[in-house]
Amino acid sequence: MKKACSRIYMFLIFVLLYAPILTLIVLSFNASKTRAKWGGWSVKWYISLFENSAIMDALYNTLIIAVLSATIATLLGLTAALSLNQMRKRRRTLIMGIINIPMLNAEIVTGISLMLVFIALGNFMTNFGYTIQFGFWTVLIGHITFNLPYVVLSIMPKLKQINFSTYEAALDLGASHALAFRKVILPDIMPGVLSGFLLAFTLSLDDFVITHFVKGPGFETLSTKIYTEVRKGIKPEMYALSTLLFISVLVLLLIVNVKPKEKKKQAV
Amino acid sequence: MIKKKKLLSGPYLVWTVAFIVIPLLLIVYYGFTNEAGSLTLENIMNMGTPENMKALWLALLLSLISTVLCLILAYPLAMILSNTKANATGLIVMIFIIPMWMNFLLRTLAWQTLLEKNGVINIALKFLGLPSLNIINTPYAIVLGMVYNFLPFMLLPIYNSLIKIDRNVINAAKDLGANEFQTFCKITFPLSLPGVISGITMVFVPSLTTFVISDLLGGSKILLIGNVIEQKFKQGSNWNTGSGLSLVLMLFILVSMAIMQKYDKDGEGAAF
Repeated sequence: MKKACSRIYMFLIFVLLYAPILTLIVLSFNASKTRAKWGGWSVKWYISLFENSAIMDALYNTLIIAVLSATIATLLGLTAALSLNQMRKRRRTLIMGIINIPMLNAEIVTGISLMLVFIALGNFMTNFGYTIQFGFWTVLIGHITFNLPYVVLSIMPKLKQINFSTYEAALDLGASHALAFRKVILPDIMPGVLSGFLLAFTLSLDDFVITHFVKGPGFETLSTKIYTEVRKGIKPEMYALSTLLFISVLVLLLIVNVKPKEKKKQAV
Repeated sequence: MIKKKKLLSGPYLVWTVAFIVIPLLLIVYYGFTNEAGSLTLENIMNMGTPENMKALWLALLLSLISTVLCLILAYPLAMILSNTKANATGLIVMIFIIPMWMNFLLRTLAWQTLLEKNGVINIALKFLGLPSLNIINTPYAIVLGMVYNFLPFMLLPIYNSLIKIDRNVINAAKDLGANEFQTFCKITFPLSLPGVISGITMVFVPSLTTFVISDLLGGSKILLIGNVIEQKFKQGSNWNTGSGLSLVLMLFILVSMAIMQKYDKDGEGAAF
């Protein structure tokens, strides 16, 4: 009885979560433009999606920003985690508190604050004959900033588990700092670094609010493009895009989640 | 070695100051000055105007309702998931998390498609001969959108805190004669509280400050405080008022963050 109830409950939530996505997938194959009519199966929206250069540009921008911001945030976050780990507790708490602001604060406030700082910086730079254009660089900086806390939070727990005596032992045995770090510390914290990178990557892919404020006209990521398209009205291409994105996410998650398990089994 | 580590923190500290601390100080600066740059409380007081108050109350109300709904929906699910056999759990939990990885705007678009006047739900209802459901462009649709979008944020922290509970403690309670309900009230729920609190903040803050969901599902007729602020920056470019309103909004966020800090000292309930 209890088991049946919990099964039914799980099923209901499952339907609630997946019904909208399924609807989008089905509608993406609808030949007629309106939702009210089923015009038969068709892949024409997929074709027009790939022919729409504005959306393809936005996709390209999104991917570039996601890769770059995740990489830079991971490197920056790694140095931050390493130095935070050496600090005294009080200072560490203070700095961690500041790092976490973009994660805890409302996205809209983070977006606005970054927009204001870029404008202020732009005004300052005009004194020296430079201008700051809102676009690629401002979006990249924005994404690195909100990715940082997630990277640091992924790496810190791994660093705390490390016994630094092994690092000192490596130094005693003649390894340079760089070599000891690479051979002793890095392998241990690698899972944290990787998961931080992946988290940063997906967050950057998904972000709309902060991008909306720091992007400026003419530069679009997928999220901002979808927003303008959806506000304009029905866009069956967007359904096609949803389907493709959903399938990529599914495949990506399967790859990420299946592989480590196999490795673990081998290790055991 | 320690000196080297300090050097490492250089770029990182510069980044935090330049892109986290200074931007926030700028909001404070704009919030307390007028366009000429002289000190004023006008921007903060602007929250008191009837239309802004209405937007703030509506945002508070809708985000509270969605937070409660998320909690009611997610807690039983988290309990069921935490009780499933170890082999399958990873996969089952993933099933419930996957929608979170889909683009936020597309998820909202999906509900727009479902709820619209000639949307999928109404077509189905018409087909069945039932009266149509007209909740698009109403607060109900906004709440639905919030619950749908933020449910995983509630589920994950609660689930994470539930699986950490030592089974022996629950068994001990049962051995000592507690029934299921008593065990839940005295053991399971209090031990999962960090997850619940962190789930609540993770749903409440984005719901309170959203402007996208209300824009797409509220038909730009219903203004939440997020919409008001967004318009001040993107349409009116009235940064001073916008900053003033943001400061008031941040007050609410700070309060919920302070509550979370109190309960969740080690970040145990954190979802990530």
